[in-house]
This record gives sequence, C-alpha cells and structure tokens, in this order.
Amino acid sequence: MTAQELRLKKQKQQDALFRGSTRMFAVLVLALLAGIIGSLIYGAWPAITTYGLPFITTVEWNPVTSSYGGWDSIFGTLLTSFIALIIAVPVSFGIAVFLTELAPTWLRRPFGIAIELLAGVPSIIYGMWGLFVFAPWFADNIQFLFMMPIEQIPETVASNILGSEALWAPLALVLSKIGYAIAWLFTLPVPSSLMGSQVVELPYIGWIFNAPPMGIGLFTASLILSVMIIPYISSVMRDVFEVTPAMLKESAYGLGATTWEVVWNVVLPYTKNGIIGGVMLGLGRALGETMAVTFVIGNAHRIPGSLFDPTTSIAATLANEFAEAANPMHIASLIYLGLLLFVITFFVLVASKIMLLRLQRNEGAHS
Amino acid sequence: MTTELKPKLAVKNLNFYYGNFHALKNINLEIPEGHVTAFIGPSGCGKSTLLRTFNRMYDLYPKLRAEGEILLNGQNILAGSVDLNMLRAKVGMVFQKPTPFPMSIYDNIAFGVKLYESLSKSEMDDRVEWALKKAALWNEVKDKLRQSGLGLSGGQQQRLCIARAVAVKPEVLLLDEPTSALDPISTAHVEELVHELKQDYTIAIVTHNMQQAARVSDFTAYMYLGELIEVGETDTIFTTPRQKATEDYITGKFG
Repeated sequence: MTAQELRLKKQKQQDALFRGSTRMFAVLVLALLAGIIGSLIYGAWPAITTYGLPFITTVEWNPVTSSYGGWDSIFGTLLTSFIALIIAVPVSFGIAVFLTELAPTWLRRPFGIAIELLAGVPSIIYGMWGLFVFAPWFADNIQFLFMMPIEQIPETVASNILGSEALWAPLALVLSKIGYAIAWLFTLPVPSSLMGSQVVELPYIGWIFNAPPMGIGLFTASLILSVMIIPYISSVMRDVFEVTPAMLKESAYGLGATTWEVVWNVVLPYTKNGIIGGVMLGLGRALGETMAVTFVIGNAHRIPGSLFDPTTSIAATLANEFAEAANPMHIASLIYLGLLLFVITFFVLVASKIMLLRLQRNEGAHS
Repeated sequence: MTTELKPKLAVKNLNFYYGNFHALKNINLEIPEGHVTAFIGPSGCGKSTLLRTFNRMYDLYPKLRAEGEILLNGQNILAGSVDLNMLRAKVGMVFQKPTPFPMSIYDNIAFGVKLYESLSKSEMDDRVEWALKKAALWNEVKDKLRQSGLGLSGGQQQRLCIARAVAVKPEVLLLDEPTSALDPISTAHVEELVHELKQDYTIAIVTHNMQQAARVSDFTAYMYLGELIEVGETDTIFTTPRQKATEDYITGKFG
C-alpha cells in the first residue's frame, strides 16, 4: 500500500468512528427517554392496576386508608397554569410589541436581554420571594379587603395608598366617598336577604375571593408562575414579530394605520401560529414547574373553592410527599401522577412544535 | 414642464440623510396633478428614497431625516405638526412585492377603508367592488371574496394591493417598482392600470425598467447618486435629453 492509500484508509476509519459515536449519543438520548417512560409505567403499575383510569377523575388522597385519586392535583396543575397564561399572555404581548415596534433602538437590546434574564432566575428564588415577600404583602393589603364590610374598603384603600399625611387627607376623604358611592351602586342588585351579614360579598362573583387571608394558594401560585413564563412567551412573540416582513407592515402603515392597528390586524394574524407555539411553550413550563409552586400553593389536597384557596398541583404533591411516602401504594400513586404530568406536558409540547412548524412553512410560502 | 400644469406635489430643496449618509441632495421638483411621473436611475440613486419621503414612510425608522420642504396641495408635509396617518391616507403606496394582508380578499380592501370611514355593509360592499373594478381584478375574484388574499397569483396579489390603495381614495398614488416581481403579462396588466388610474389620481412611479417608464409616464425624472439630473416630458427625455448623463443612461452606455 502506498502512503496515500494508508492515509485514505485512516481517514475512512476516523470517519466511521465519528459517525458511530455521534449516532450513539443520539440513540442514547432516545433510549433514556424510553427508559424514563418505561420506569414510570413500571413504578406506577400497582396504582394503575388498582385504580385504573378513574384515578384521573377521583378526588381522594388518603395515605392512612391507602386510597388515592389524582384529580385535585391534576386540576390544580391545569388551573394554575391556565390562570398563569391568562396573566402572562397579555403582558408578554405588550412587552413584545414594545420591543419590536415602539421602543427606541438603543433600548431594545438591553431591555430584551433583561427580560430573558428573568428566565435565568432559579425557581427556588421565585418560590422564596413568593412565600416570604409576596404572600404576606398580598394577605395584608389585598386579601383582607375582601374580609371587611364593603363600605370600609374605599376608605382603607385610599388611606393605604396616600398614607396618613395631613396634606392628602382631604383627597383621601373625597376618594373614599366616591368609592363608597360606587360600592353602594354595586351592591344594589343584591337581594336584601344576602345583605344580612356584616361582611358583604361582592354580588355574584364574591365566592371567587372568599378564602382566609393567608396569602398563599391558587392565585399566588398562578401569579408566580406567570412571572416565570413571561420571559419565554415574550421572547418567542418578539422573535415572530421580528420575522414579519417590513414591507407588509409598511403596507398597513401606508394606508394610514396606527401602530396598534398594524400590530393587531396585520402582524398578529400573520404570526398567530408562532404566537400559539410560544404560548404552548410557556404552558409546558408552567405545567411542570415544581419548586416555586410548592412554596406558595398551600399543598392542600382538595379542589379549591375560590381563587385564594390553598390547593395543590402534581409537581407540588410529588415534591412534598416523596420523601415521606412509605406505603408502596402511596409511592405507586405518586409515580402514576408523575406519569400523567409527563403525558400532559408531552401533548402540550407536541402541539407547540406543530404550530411552530406551520409558521415556518408559512414564512417559506410568502417571503 | 409646461406652465398650465398644476403641481400636486412640490419638492423644494429636499435633502435626505440615512444617519450620516447624504442620500438625496438638494432635490427640486414638481409633480403635476393627474399625470404619471416616472423616476428612473441606477440602483442606489435615491429614487425609492425620494418616493418614501412623499408619505413619510421613513418616519418609521430611527436616524432617518429629511430637510427642506415637500408641499402637498401647498402644505408642507415635512412639518412636525402633520398627522402622519391622515397623510398616508391621502398618499397611497404600492410596493416592490405584493403584500396582501393575511386576511380575505374582501377584508384586504375593507381594512384601509374602515380606518377612516364608517360605512354600512352595503356601502362597503360597493366600495370593495368599485376598488376591485378600478384595479381590473373584479372579474377574477368576485366569486371568492371571502377567500384568503394569499391564494391569488403574484400578479393578482399586486393588483389587489393597488385596489387596496385605491379603495381609501387617496389623492396621490406612489408605486415603488410595482412590477419588479411580476411576469410580463401581469406587468402589462399593471401598466394598463396605471394608464386608467391617472384620470383620477396623481401617480409617481419608481421603475428600473426604462421601457416601462417610456410606456406609462407623462413625465420622467432621471436621478443619479442622490441628485436629480433631469426632469421633463417623457418624450423629450427619451428622445432629446438636455444632459449628456441622461442620454448615456437611456441609451444604455452605463447603468
């Protein structure tokens, strides 16, 4: 063999080695995924055979009698994520529109990076902030409002906001009178039989806020979740807004449309698939978020009766109970819950991927 | 330019800057009402830039600024007090590539109209039909008004964009290389359209294609490196230009 042939042979061997090792890494990840699913099913098997699919719809979590059902956790997971989306989507939309259309150029990069840094804050920090800072403030300043007679609310709010400075006192008085008048109008449609107690509920929607003022619970968990997913949703929205062709936007501006009209009527329909993909991405994150939620959700195994009630989520249940679970059926039920969480997030992520793919196809179609 | 023509747009000592780059140098020009004025010149000569000052499209972007005066009906549109949305409703624009909005054909037309007029359903139907007829597109799309504008062919899309601009009844139409992305047949359609539309509108068209300028325009302006070299009746410019530079460009010696 000549030197050249030897070198060629060596190159071929290197190539084969390289191909083999990269393929191995790729297969390894797939094998890991399959292994995780397999071990989840294996671990959950006692619970799956005992409770079957009705496990999903049963509200029961009693380690003493060893009877389990997951609906409260599943419901808590879905509801906190859903409320988090309701808060996060409009805020993210605003951030994305500001960053792409309105902010001065020099501000766009630093501002965008700052938003993305929010995604880098460890979730335990959000949890601690929620538990030690937000929850007490929320209980003292917001929730207690729902615990007092309705006619006192305007006065209290006015003095809370303006302080007790003598300078502001007349203004606070006026505001409280106006507020009182509004509150009075608001309670008019309530039948007098409901007005008996000292604490008057808001008519028809009062039950939403009816809970002991502890600061932690469904709403606090949703709010913390929304802060955590805003960076994800807003950066995807910003990216898809940026791929909107300048000429398309100019066409709308050229007809005399305002920025709002351009964004709402042209940019949004053009990018809707990408936006839905971004929202799904945020949803996927919210569904699985554990630490922050565990801190502030209250960890009570029940369906919440109001927005401020403590409840639980799948991830919070797992984080709380795994260390203490001794009973094999308890452990199996927890793993069953984990499997269900996996299934839910899997479907959300698949849906988001499909949406993003459709957006890319659209871009190709008319760019 | 003959004297009995009434100028719709009058450009006076216009200078334009992209940051530090001096893109338009001391432009003086009048665009007569009810005629077609074509802007020709090699790439980067500033003809599109000039067109985009007429509806202040450059205002969307930072670091772009214009100095001088552009009078529309005698009023300076470069003044800070001008309402940009109203200006752009009066000065419509069609772009190099068709840009239908991601909505139905009907809504593409109705979108701009709704911004400034509140019409009843039947009035809007009439307006949409009128605009599509103006753009010679009505017969092709009258049975699929509810379908997406993105489903049309390129030439149809561009006529849809012209219909959309016409629907808001502007006074001036700016066409920025409207046929550069179209095949010859669609191009001929659009050129015929320009002929029709000049009865009612003042039209300014930027084009790379000198034959197109000769075919569609009444007046032609030749620009080079940000300067207006020569402007006059199209016939004169193409047969007996005063400037040597214009002649060189038109006869294909360069560019």
